[in-house]
Amino acid sequence: MSGIDREIICIVCPTGCRIQVSGPDTEHLEVSGNECKRGEEYALKEITDPRRTLITTVQIDHGTLRRLPVRTNREIPKQSIFPCMEVINRVRVEAPVEVGQVLVADILGTGADVVATRSMARDGAGGLPTADTRSRAG
Amino acid sequence: MDSYDIVVIGGGPAGMAAAVAAREEGVEKILLIERDRELGGILQQCIHNGFGLHHFKEDLTGPEFSERYIRRMEELEIPCKLDTTVLEITAGREILYINAREGVTKISAGAIILAMGCRERSRGAVNIPGSRPAGVFTAGTAQRLINMEGYMVGRRIMMLGTGDIGLIMARRLTLEGAKVIAVLARKPYPGGLMRNVAQCLYDYDIPLMLRHTIVAIQGKDRVTGVLVADTDENSRPIPGSERLYECDTVILSVGLIPENELSLSAGVQLDPHTGGPVVDEFRQTSVAGIFACGNVVHVHDLVDFVVEESEIAGRGAAGFVLGRGEAEGAETSGTPIDLLPGEGLKYVVPQRMRGFNGEERLDLFLRVSRVYGRSAIEVRHDGDTVKRLKRLRMNPGEMERVRLNRSAIEKLTGSNLIVEAVEVDG
Repeated sequence: MSGIDREIICIVCPTGCRIQVSGPDTEHLEVSGNECKRGEEYALKEITDPRRTLITTVQIDHGTLRRLPVRTNREIPKQSIFPCMEVINRVRVEAPVEVGQVLVADILGTGADVVATRSMARDGAGGLPTADTRSRAG
Repeated sequence: MDSYDIVVIGGGPAGMAAAVAAREEGVEKILLIERDRELGGILQQCIHNGFGLHHFKEDLTGPEFSERYIRRMEELEIPCKLDTTVLEITAGREILYINAREGVTKISAGAIILAMGCRERSRGAVNIPGSRPAGVFTAGTAQRLINMEGYMVGRRIMMLGTGDIGLIMARRLTLEGAKVIAVLARKPYPGGLMRNVAQCLYDYDIPLMLRHTIVAIQGKDRVTGVLVADTDENSRPIPGSERLYECDTVILSVGLIPENELSLSAGVQLDPHTGGPVVDEFRQTSVAGIFACGNVVHVHDLVDFVVEESEIAGRGAAGFVLGRGEAEGAETSGTPIDLLPGEGLKYVVPQRMRGFNGEERLDLFLRVSRVYGRSAIEVRHDGDTVKRLKRLRMNPGEMERVRLNRSAIEKLTGSNLIVEAVEVDG
């Protein structure tokens, strides 16, 4: 085996450092090209256990919109992304919903919950709670 | 006619941040006008994360970021008119708007803050020949349809352009079960951030084809395919290199244009380099009492920087209406110094400098016009370099910031400041 020699583009922040990771095996890796400590952590993790936050939408009934945006509240293994999508695609929620509300707990045993990323009122209630009060205030 | 201290036009992150900043400075009578049914602007459809890392020190999605500002607007009891479109503004700071409750109404303001954001370039703006079938979308339209309205736009997608929204939509479409055949960039480098190339394309094995473009769209009722050609060093298609790719959908992510119809109605001077108003360090436009911030001024990479700029505009407008004098307009200030983009620069914001408002620093925001390796940004005045910032790498897709200290420029008078990018050896 020829060991590890990869260039990883860091996704931790918008700087997008190109990080070199090399070494004979995953126990002995050298990291260079990162501008900060978080880059090093990310690059090592990307070799040993790559993870992502999964962000998508679910169907919502009687909401002001037809889709409700959701996210996993922690990163999940990269290979769990499409299996999790299959679970999330079967989710159907009823308005109103509050931001942060848990819609699927511990999805596929990843330890991550799928949570709503916005509040949504019932349709006819005038969008977000603020929208209604604001339009009257105007 | 109702009158307000400050009227903010646009309820996205720029408008909300400006309104909040003005209220925190003590301005009483503020009104925000938004044409959509709710506040939040484009962030409501940007469901991905990566927002707020600078401002909130957290990795938020667009809706989460915007909801925080909506809550802040509520706490500060800043009134908004939703479902309301501004038709015209005047240099005398009168605003004509229309909505279903009040009809056409005119109000006046002590100061106006323009925060209308930007629009996407469409097929017409990039002149793609061919038939005109259904199935051609801008990335933002596809984003709204999928993320908010609940409609899938297609199954086999060809994407032209590598703006951040396009890259993010390539991933989004893939997650929703579509096949993204490729993402094409006319230039030899992508337009969006590298992190988005990595986490949106590389993660999902979506091919990035640099130096390619679409030269024709085929199909009668619905798109059936596109002709793709290689491009030369001037980004022009090379005749004879065309190949046919079958697809049912074309998505365009070919740039954003600041939305300045209203600015023009008030006679606000626009900068041909940014497409937005010429602004000073308070984000005041060429018309006294009219301020501007966010993507209506120049297209930003990050909402965090939009918010930062909007707070400047909010404070500037507050200073104007509270009579603090610093931003009281061209006729009352000293001779302004213009900041000009020189060699290697696409633009610099602000374009004008009136004084320092007691602040110890002034941040210039700029974009280079091509990729640079080891390089420096230089700010020059009468042949003297007043500031030099070394960079390891610069590219047009990423906004640069140069910080000027008060001591370096407060004595400058007369001639303009020129900002340039230069190569550095070794």
